[in-house]
Amino acid sequence: MSNAADLTADLDALVADAVERLADASDLDALAALDAELLGKKSAVTAAKKQLGGLDPDDRKVAGQAINAARTSLEAAVAAARERLAAGARAAQYEAERLDLSEKLGEIRRGSLHLNTQARDRLEDVFVGMGFTIAEGPEVETAWYNFEALNIPEWHPARGSFDTIFVNLGEPEEVMLRSHTSPVQIRTMENQEPPIYIVAPGRTFRTDTADATHLPAFNQIEGLVVDRGITLGDLSGTMDEFVRAFFGGEVKTRLRPSYFPFTEPSAEFDISRPDGSWLELGGCGMVHPNVLRNCGIDPEEWQGFAFGFGIDRLAVMRYELDDIRELVNNDVRFLRQF
Amino acid sequence: MKVTLSWLREFAPDIDGDPVELGETLSALGLAVEEMEIIGEVVDGVVLAQVLDLRPHPDADKIQLVDVDRGDGQPLQVCCGAFNMAVGDLIPFATIGTVMPNGMEIAQREMRGQMSNGMCCAADEIGLASGDDGIYILNDAVIDGAELGMPLAEAIGMRADVLWDLEVNANRPDAMSVAGVARDLAAALEVEFRFPDYEITTTDESVDDLLDIRIEDPELCGRFVATVLRDVRVGESPAWMQQRLIQLGMRPINSIVDISNYVMLELGQPNHTFDLATIPAGRLNVRRARNGETLVTLDDIERSLVPNDGVITDESDTIISLAGVMGGATTEISDSTTEVLLEMAWWDPPSISRTVKRLNLPSEASTRFRRGADWGDNIDRAMRRFIQLAAESGITAVSGFVDVAGMTPDRAPVSVRVAKVNGLLGTELTADDMAAHLTSIGFEVTLAGDTLDVVVPTWRWDTATETDIAEEVGRMFGYENIPRTVPKGDDPGGLSQYQKDRRLVRDVLLGAGCDETLPMPFLAPGDLAKAGLPEDGVTLTNPLHAEESVLRTSLLPGQLKAIAYNQSHRNPDVRFFEIDHVFLPAAEGEILPDEREHLAVAIAGEEAPAAVAVLDALDRALALPNVQLSPSSPAGLHPTRSADVVIAGRTRGHVGEVDPAVLEAYGVEGRVAWLELDLGAVLDGPHGNRSYTPVSKFPSSDIDLAFVVGDDVAASRIEASLRKGGGALLTDVELFDVYRGPRVDDGARSLAYRLRFQATDRTLTDGDVADVRQACIDQVVKKTGAVLRG
Repeated sequence: MSNAADLTADLDALVADAVERLADASDLDALAALDAELLGKKSAVTAAKKQLGGLDPDDRKVAGQAINAARTSLEAAVAAARERLAAGARAAQYEAERLDLSEKLGEIRRGSLHLNTQARDRLEDVFVGMGFTIAEGPEVETAWYNFEALNIPEWHPARGSFDTIFVNLGEPEEVMLRSHTSPVQIRTMENQEPPIYIVAPGRTFRTDTADATHLPAFNQIEGLVVDRGITLGDLSGTMDEFVRAFFGGEVKTRLRPSYFPFTEPSAEFDISRPDGSWLELGGCGMVHPNVLRNCGIDPEEWQGFAFGFGIDRLAVMRYELDDIRELVNNDVRFLRQF
Repeated sequence: MKVTLSWLREFAPDIDGDPVELGETLSALGLAVEEMEIIGEVVDGVVLAQVLDLRPHPDADKIQLVDVDRGDGQPLQVCCGAFNMAVGDLIPFATIGTVMPNGMEIAQREMRGQMSNGMCCAADEIGLASGDDGIYILNDAVIDGAELGMPLAEAIGMRADVLWDLEVNANRPDAMSVAGVARDLAAALEVEFRFPDYEITTTDESVDDLLDIRIEDPELCGRFVATVLRDVRVGESPAWMQQRLIQLGMRPINSIVDISNYVMLELGQPNHTFDLATIPAGRLNVRRARNGETLVTLDDIERSLVPNDGVITDESDTIISLAGVMGGATTEISDSTTEVLLEMAWWDPPSISRTVKRLNLPSEASTRFRRGADWGDNIDRAMRRFIQLAAESGITAVSGFVDVAGMTPDRAPVSVRVAKVNGLLGTELTADDMAAHLTSIGFEVTLAGDTLDVVVPTWRWDTATETDIAEEVGRMFGYENIPRTVPKGDDPGGLSQYQKDRRLVRDVLLGAGCDETLPMPFLAPGDLAKAGLPEDGVTLTNPLHAEESVLRTSLLPGQLKAIAYNQSHRNPDVRFFEIDHVFLPAAEGEILPDEREHLAVAIAGEEAPAAVAVLDALDRALALPNVQLSPSSPAGLHPTRSADVVIAGRTRGHVGEVDPAVLEAYGVEGRVAWLELDLGAVLDGPHGNRSYTPVSKFPSSDIDLAFVVGDDVAASRIEASLRKGGGALLTDVELFDVYRGPRVDDGARSLAYRLRFQATDRTLTDGDVADVRQACIDQVVKKTGAVLRG
């Protein structure tokens, strides 16, 4: 029977041999077999442990420590081998699974939002940020909402300038495709007590033949503020704030006297171009007292301003479209650009 | 309205400055400059010459040989393609070396063997305006003391001038005249404005002995002023007058018409001339037309009149003129006219507007009447100006004017509160400031404490209220001088829930790969029928094109056109959506159509399930309550591949495929999966209610079940039965296979489902799972007649 020193020496040799054999293990199956042989129930270290009972206490202590040390070393060597083999297998998998990501078959293509809607959303968002809500109204209107309530009586020359498209409902020229978004002002004031801060985007109509710069159906946005003490200066400041928010801080605005039957005083508002010239953007003014009265609002208590301008033109300007008809052609080659 | 600087200066000689800056001032006054042009600059090298001889070119028909004297007395030969010259005529002549406005340099040239040593010029070739074609004949245009060889500008007294084309608003009848523009501009520049004295001489004969004029309808005619002109010879008007008319965009006609137009442009007073010989006893009456009356107007068209129309009648009550709109043919001035009745009147703007609109007869004159001409002193001034100009061609006027009064607008002083004006404008002007601004443009102002008593001038028909006057104060103060402020309401801004949901819907559809389309809402007659839909669209009264004469009742026709268009451009498989208005027939008792906001999804090249999948995505995003597909055959859709979309028991639209017959009619290739919803009704209805169920901490069990069931039983019924049988333990149902083929009977299919069971309070035992599985099977078999597949 060997003593503890012999056992220790045997175990050292065993570990040294095992480390070599583990380093040679070429796959996980071989490693599993080695693992069983070195650390399993029939392994040398297990057998050695069973013999501990036969040793005297001093030897038993030394031998026990040697066995534990050998087991620890073997376990570490097996783990290292396993790690080495796993890394190799993973590397082989990576290599085997190499993909060319530019080989694209099928794609998730998000749709495109129409330019008009994009412009409308941007406008709405700017005005919402300025404390406005969004009002909407019908596209087919009566003469009351499109003209009369807006201080445009039946004989007024301005009626002719709207080039109105009428529909075959009611009396002749009583029902029409709205020629501006201003009817929404009336509908809002009829249904809502001041203070009112709204914008009303929507489609409007004129008897224009479609060409590169005209469409019979196009989009406008209308604004209306009715509150106590509203002034022309408020209108001017609001237009300026809107333009800076929408176009950027370097764009300037100016108001020029103009005429609309539904506002008094009336103005055109211009924005500056980079070259210093002015571009007419839309019309505006202080809500005419007759318009307020037509909606049951006392012009002595409340004052307001209104403004309106084209939405399509903003899209045309922003992308330098050379033909506005693209906005209604619905050609995917156009739609998908935006 | 066009104006020239030189003409403005006849009313305000001190108007001066950079033309661009003057234009900015005009724009800031509300007279927007649409175009500015420097006119009357004659290029160097063009001189006054005289035609000495004209003779045919020996070898060419279309050009002739002209000898001109350009000041040295020597005949100089040129070849010329115009034939309107006579020997002795004075003409503009471009000498060798002249660079013409179009960039061409005049050189000595040989034309078919003949030398040409310069060029005879037409007016437009040298940047001048003329009513004539051909070479500009200057016989009447040269100034006294002009000599041959003089630079042309000097010879005809031409100075460079500025022409502005102004956009004049409908409330500014005064600015429809050179004088009116000058009044505004002079006030803005703080220089003097005055009307010249138009001195006239008249014969001793009194107009009262010649004319007898009555106004039967005083509301129609506020003032009727007339006189008689004698010794009339209709000829050409002087060149300076023609030049100005042309500059302002009118074509010279003859001496009488030209004066008439000149006075209208200059002073804004339209006027009319009658051949006095056609008016028995010089008697006129102003009244409204009666039903059935007609008039042959100047343009030889017979007009049927209605009672609103203002007319002028003669002694026999026969209509001879359509008041303020167009004269009659029988009393028109002709070459043989020797005596003229000159009329200047003020007509009620709404009356004129109605007639102009009904007969579609706009004119320079009626435009001024419609906006409200000046009924005050300007009529007398214009009469004198007409007579003064006519005198230059030997026409004489009798003494005095007939001046008949009707009703003119009320010009009682308007009480204007200083505080209200400042409150409207956002200014802090004093009463004196306001008074100064108003008087600068002819308003009469009396200060009365905190208010101004303002008399509005007669040339501002449209200006009548405190607000109108506030606008005038603002205009003269300058809108750009008003401090800018931004009002803030008490409430926060925001989108409504509807508007937010609509954006969410768009986002879902974009995520589903659909592009947003926005066709115009017009359809052609027959488009609805072609799409299998009822032809009850609202029609347009005055469509520009028949193809745009019906309003859509569904988004289907527009989408099919868009798909066909793209297919014809080799893009067959488009995925589109649209959210827009449709116009259903008006409800009983309503005048407006039943206008709704619809949503459409059209997926070309896909079958019905693709549309159902989009509906499911919308359902998830909006949390719609109880969406059911109820098989049906909606108009225009595939009769065996479509269903009503029923949300919370209400039909809100249709889903499926477009009817192949409809696709064929629209020329669309392949299938089109289709979804159309009444989005307004969906979003206005209940939706978006979600509640929390705790996530179970216990394991789940999955089982698969397959049923063979007849094609007449909807899969949705199987699923509903499974859910009923599974109760709370059944957390997921997924249809993962549909089999039709030899292993099942004809007319049936196998539907395979994967079910997941899970409890929130325990781990399910095998027995639990077996029980609930059986409950599911029993429910399906009992409710649908399906057979469990072994």
